[in-house]
Amino acid sequence: MSSDKRQKAIIEEACLFAELEIQPYATEFDQQGALPRELIEKMAAKGYLAASFPEEFGGLELDPVYYGLLTEVIGKACCSTRALLTVQTSLVGETLLRWGNKHQKEKWLPLIARGEKIAAFALTEPNIGSDAKNVSCQYQKNGDNFIINGRKKWITYADIADFYLVIAVNEDKVSAFIIERNSNGVSTKPIHGLLGARAAHIAEIEFKDVNISKDSLLGPEGGGFTYVVNTALDHGRYSIAWAGVAIAQAAVEAMVSYARQREQFGKKIFHFQLIQGMIADAVTKTHAARALCLKAAEYRKMQNPEAIIETTIAKYFTSKIALEVASDAVQVHGGMGCCNKYPVERLFREAKILEIIEGTSQIQQMIISKYGLKKYHCSRT
Amino acid sequence: MNPIDKIRFFIKENMAIINDDAILNDTDNIFEQGFVDSMFAMQLVNFVESEFDIKVENEDLDINNFNSVRNISLFIERKQHI
Repeated sequence: MSSDKRQKAIIEEACLFAELEIQPYATEFDQQGALPRELIEKMAAKGYLAASFPEEFGGLELDPVYYGLLTEVIGKACCSTRALLTVQTSLVGETLLRWGNKHQKEKWLPLIARGEKIAAFALTEPNIGSDAKNVSCQYQKNGDNFIINGRKKWITYADIADFYLVIAVNEDKVSAFIIERNSNGVSTKPIHGLLGARAAHIAEIEFKDVNISKDSLLGPEGGGFTYVVNTALDHGRYSIAWAGVAIAQAAVEAMVSYARQREQFGKKIFHFQLIQGMIADAVTKTHAARALCLKAAEYRKMQNPEAIIETTIAKYFTSKIALEVASDAVQVHGGMGCCNKYPVERLFREAKILEIIEGTSQIQQMIISKYGLKKYHCSRT
Repeated sequence: MNPIDKIRFFIKENMAIINDDAILNDTDNIFEQGFVDSMFAMQLVNFVESEFDIKVENEDLDINNFNSVRNISLFIERKQHI
């Protein structure tokens, strides 16, 4: 079987899996504020938690195009479940693959793949969001070991994670560490009352005099932001870009289905041109978003250096249109769209989150405008 | 285009500063002089790997390997001769 056929078959199977095992329960997960452990185990058994990893680490070896499609399939069914892929595979897994030493890769990647260990990426802090270079979580050398002190906040899957990829600073050196949850001095506190990602076990983490060995350092000391954070966020943005497509696609389908069955003024509402206008815009935006993701995917596959900016553009656009499409889907549903008996209510809430995580839309705009000011300056050509 | 020209061209294309009069010398420290920002470092690593068919490892991540056109060129030469 060709690589393309093999990967296509995995996506087809994932569609069925999502339809049977995830989508029917998405509202329940959202309302209960938790993703069941059995689902995580089932996803691990299918290889989805290591979808892009090499086979030697238990992965499915999906290339960026198919990994993106998998993210869309899972994300369309449930955002919190998709967030598990974003964290395990993209943010932590890919970063370990890129900057982990042999021992770290051999130890952690198969555990992630088998779902035996859940990971979380701990960058954001109570007072540090977009200004990520200025983290305040401290590390100090103590002989051959490191001591970590500080707090992290809004960390997806932190409440059930077994280990954390933590970004900390020592004077002007920002470094990355792998810290196990059962280390002395690590505690977590779940965060409730969230707009979205309610089943993604988001929590605050406190590190109090946590003593870790020198083997816990990921990448070079001082390379925590430049290499580790930038790698993680690039992969995270790629995942979120597809998450936007997923929400938009789910919203389009909900909008169309409802417009075809709902009657007002004696006829189905899809006959009304203002409804058709919203459907047309939603379809166009969703197709455009997917095209941007596929372009970024091809660049990533080719290891083109412009893959980073194309990923940023895709993330910015898809998160923006996901919210617009989900908003119009609510509008088409009218009063029903404001009720949690219909999925568009959840999609609308989840879409807003995408404009904030892995770099706000405003940070993406700064990056994209800087790129545009260089790239499209006519007198240079 | 020879390797050093490729590197110079790539950095110029991706300079963070919007200034048509900026002059980039081969020995200028591109990070300290603000020609590029820290986000560019990953882009540079990807460029070096894909363009020159080498693998940048953890131990290569010394900033001195990447902080000027000349040092990047010397680093690539060293890696290609390993």
